[in-house]
Amino acid sequence: MGEAIVITSGKGGVGKTTSSANIGTALAMLGKKVCLLDTDIGLRNLDVVMGLENRIIYDLVDVVEGTCRIAQALVKDKRFEELYFLPAAQTKDKDAVQPEDVKKIVDSLKPDFEYIIIDCPAGIEGGFRNAVAGADKAIVVSTPEMSSVRDADRVIGLLEASDIKNPKLIINRVRPNMMKSGDMMDIDEVCSILAIDLLGVVPDDQQVIKSGNIGEPTVMNPTSNAAVAYRNIARRILGDSVPLMALERKKGVFYKLKKIMGIG
Amino acid sequence: MTATKEHVTIKGNKDGLIFLFNDHCEFPVLLSELQYKLEKTHQQILSGPTINVHIKLGNRDLNVEQEEKIKKLVSNHGNLLIQSMESNQKDIKEENHDLKIIKGIIRSGQSVHYETPVLFMGDVNPGGLISSTGDIYVMGSLRGLAHAGKTNTGNKEAIIAASYMKPTQLRIANIVSRSPDESADEGAYMEFAFLEDDHMQIGKISELHKVRPDALQF
Ligand SMILES: Nc1ncnc2c1ncn2[C@@H]1O[C@H](COP(=O)(O)OP(=O)(O)O)[C@@H](O)[C@H]1O
Ligand SMILES: [Mg+2]
Repeated sequence: MGEAIVITSGKGGVGKTTSSANIGTALAMLGKKVCLLDTDIGLRNLDVVMGLENRIIYDLVDVVEGTCRIAQALVKDKRFEELYFLPAAQTKDKDAVQPEDVKKIVDSLKPDFEYIIIDCPAGIEGGFRNAVAGADKAIVVSTPEMSSVRDADRVIGLLEASDIKNPKLIINRVRPNMMKSGDMMDIDEVCSILAIDLLGVVPDDQQVIKSGNIGEPTVMNPTSNAAVAYRNIARRILGDSVPLMALERKKGVFYKLKKIMGIG
Repeated sequence: MTATKEHVTIKGNKDGLIFLFNDHCEFPVLLSELQYKLEKTHQQILSGPTINVHIKLGNRDLNVEQEEKIKKLVSNHGNLLIQSMESNQKDIKEENHDLKIIKGIIRSGQSVHYETPVLFMGDVNPGGLISSTGDIYVMGSLRGLAHAGKTNTGNKEAIIAASYMKPTQLRIANIVSRSPDESADEGAYMEFAFLEDDHMQIGKISELHKVRPDALQF
């Protein structure tokens, strides 16, 4: 029986779709059977990031309305045998889908896949409730900016009030030199506010934008820093204990001690 | 309207008028007598320059609705301006002094209110709200909004203490204090906020026993 993981954030543009595509692809690279599910009705773009837009025949709303069966709507990835994608509708009314519908669809995917990665729309309204309805676990994405952290916090509160316990955190678009100079919140600060487990830290990387444009997830690119981060995240999801990369590491106790004693 | 026994006494002093309310009669009786006096027997005070009014409730405690009714009635009469509304009894009578100990985390968009002083073991995040009729002690980081002494008339003796103090806003009774706009500054450890002459002050926890000798004694 597969596990459904929703990728959410509250705020838009912080990297939910990027994370969904890369984590899904990284899990497939590690030999897992994965289905990506886009629930961002009306603003779908997981298909574009995955480079699968031209293969879409049916979508989520078609499945909900009974126009087609799930199997007919699933788009097979062009790179990995065991990676599939269920697109959101682009043109239809977003009220066409209710949380029970999404839950039913996710439940019916579970026997056939090891991981179902659900890309959540921004906001905390209907679209969020749809995305969360079928999920067993959640990953919250935030950038190291106060507005993003605050929205992530809001979402964590909502998740904790639902059946989804212990959401995990990805901090995206980190710029180590800006953190060092104090122009960006540092990892410690974000973690201490959100107070949930850190699953990984993804650097700000131009390759991500390039990859998005050519429809090939960054994680496939061996020269990208973000790719390494996403591969590590996928391995942590599988239960490996991969140490945090240098930029992810929190300042040690010793560092703090030195700071207090004024010799840091 | 018979006024055999006075329920509303109006006195003048150099600052304006003092309305003394009897605290034994029913509220509607009080209200209608106030209206009667304002409209029939004391019309002369209703013209001329603005007059400050201090209302003394004695041992009566008003709920929000009743308070509103009085405010409305008085402000309907042109030049009267309510400066204060005080009750002797209120804090003693209504407030529960048992300290409540709560643990958790108050996240953005969440709010909790306690009708007792509260010791909160955990963080109050930006966008989160904790309020109490009495004191608030946060054993954790206070980054959101805390409102202590939140009663109808406002408990100005209440304090807000936190292990790490970096709030977006502090309120005690009806006094609001916000964090400085240049938010770059670090928060502070082991501090508490209190009111002194209606101004929000911040002190080190070690000073608490001097500023509020009665705080935390139950
Ligand atoms: N680590 C990163 N480095 C650089 N650009 C990024 C990174 N993560 C996301 N982006 C860019 O940010 C934009 C928004 O990302 P997206 O995943 O669509 O956000 P969301 O789905 O949360 O709205 C995209 O243009 C994407 O290419
Ligand atoms: Mg998106």
